[in-house]
Amino acid sequence: MKCDGIPSGCAISGMMSEQGRRIDGRIIIQSIACMHDRSNGLGGGFAAYGIYPKRKDMYAFHMMYDNMEAKEATEEFFKDYFNVDKDEPIPTQRENGISNPPILWRYFLEVPESKLEFLTERDYVTNTVMKINSEIEGSFVASSGKNMGAFKGVGYPEDIGRFYKLEDYSAYIWTAHGRFPTNTPGWWGGAHPFTLLDWSVVHNGEISSYGINKRYLEMFGYKLELRTDTEVIAYLIDLLVRRHKLPIDKAVMCLASPFWKDIDRMEPEQKKTATMLRQVYGSTLLNGPFSIIIGHSNGMIGLNDRIKLRPMTAARKDDMLYMASEESAIREIAPDLDEVWSPKAGTAVIGTLNGEVE
Amino acid sequence: MNVRIDAKGMHYRPLNKIIRDAIVSGEKEFELDNIGGQRYIGAGINESVKITINGTPGNDLGVFMNGPKIIVNANAQDGIANTMNAGEIIVHGNVGDIIGYGMRGGKLYIKGDAGYRVGIHMKEYKKQVPVIIAGGTAGDFFGEYMAGGIMILLGMNGKSPLVGDYVGTGMHGGVMYIRGKVDPFNLGKEVSCLELSEEDTKLIGSYLKEYCEYFGFDFDEVMSGKFTKLVPLSIRPYGNLYVY
Repeated sequence: MKCDGIPSGCAISGMMSEQGRRIDGRIIIQSIACMHDRSNGLGGGFAAYGIYPKRKDMYAFHMMYDNMEAKEATEEFFKDYFNVDKDEPIPTQRENGISNPPILWRYFLEVPESKLEFLTERDYVTNTVMKINSEIEGSFVASSGKNMGAFKGVGYPEDIGRFYKLEDYSAYIWTAHGRFPTNTPGWWGGAHPFTLLDWSVVHNGEISSYGINKRYLEMFGYKLELRTDTEVIAYLIDLLVRRHKLPIDKAVMCLASPFWKDIDRMEPEQKKTATMLRQVYGSTLLNGPFSIIIGHSNGMIGLNDRIKLRPMTAARKDDMLYMASEESAIREIAPDLDEVWSPKAGTAVIGTLNGEVE
Repeated sequence: MNVRIDAKGMHYRPLNKIIRDAIVSGEKEFELDNIGGQRYIGAGINESVKITINGTPGNDLGVFMNGPKIIVNANAQDGIANTMNAGEIIVHGNVGDIIGYGMRGGKLYIKGDAGYRVGIHMKEYKKQVPVIIAGGTAGDFFGEYMAGGIMILLGMNGKSPLVGDYVGTGMHGGVMYIRGKVDPFNLGKEVSCLELSEEDTKLIGSYLKEYCEYFGFDFDEVMSGKFTKLVPLSIRPYGNLYVY
């Protein structure tokens, strides 16, 4: 499954009900399929939030295995590290040209109290994800959050969506990715979204600061094993928001910092903040062209690089927030919009859950 | 007689083939309904046909186009009029990024806002002078590496800022007219600001008259604004860049 290089995705779409209404997966497939020609069949994937209401307090691990040995080794590992409430194959259907999928299995896990003497539950889970990806040959974590999951693989996104039977899932946030890798062949683990805990990232572009970001993340114990640039975004947002407790609007200022020339012209208070963030978090700056959609349990964040080298359109209709590489992909699923706009370079669009998830 | 096509769910290839084939059989007018992201509409067409688009057309609308008139009754996306040679594109809405990329003739009229890098490397040759007019605002890199042609930005919707950062960076030909003030901080190093001469006013008036008729703007109101003219300081700003 593993291969070298840095990928560069090319179609993204996201939708969220800020009231927590859950919507089935057919809609997001329709949106990403509208941008079919931005992908080339070498990667597609989805992140969905709110899909496991019956086990919403357990960590849902979506796993990809190259072979039975990898599965057995990982299951031994799970038995040591977690209480396994349930495990089952991820349901798929094989009639649509998706070939050579790895073994796809999911686990609902609880962390035993006894393991949490010296660290928080989420740090513990993060460590296990890093351990599996780096130490168990042929075993990869596709997602590891609560009440969410990533469904990804090699193929066009609409085919991947049908392969995973996304019509059977309902989510209040859906993000999607169609990949057009320019720097590496596509592989199952290299498809987007990239995830950690409940964070997920879909990305169009390429992160040329990957080396700097990677070295910085490694100092905090992250292990970058998927050999893809997008992986750093998922871990950076985890570091900034979960571990360093930055508010989301400040975290995105670290990822796409204002230019020094613009900081010089800011009001004193704002200038102080922006200067501080650039000084402390210089190594989290993402360089290169990107448009990304980050999903998490409480919302969805859209962000462009600082000179807008990749496209992004955002829109609202009632409680729905939409973001996509192209306006047509939003109109496809919501023809009448209250508001549609092109987010400015380096300026985040932030959707926040303000209702109870259904 | 106009040819009406329901493009719901249709891929761009069959759609554009239907149009091209109909033009060969002598059709002159097209109306496309339920357009949703189909790319390359009007690509490379040489005949003076008229295409009306209902819905959001995909990227590279009118790429390499050489004659047709396209009317879009919605917003449009990125790369409109890419390397267009002749004809007209009229958009009753906003447009995305890199519109008029390498455009070398014809007109692109936009009612609302334009995105980043409008008119990037637009060029002209003798009578081939491309024109882009946007009625709203524009993003960063307006007229980046512009080598020729005319761009007019009106700011009629009163949104701020009127134009983004790095205006005319790398500009070395052509002219821009911006209806309002441009903060010198946002100007590229390769442009200078001038007052309009009588000839300038006459020139933009000739295009704006037509523009206002398309979109129902008040011509006198448009012309009553104070325009800033931007021209390149040099026709060869990077002549010494790699010669040391």
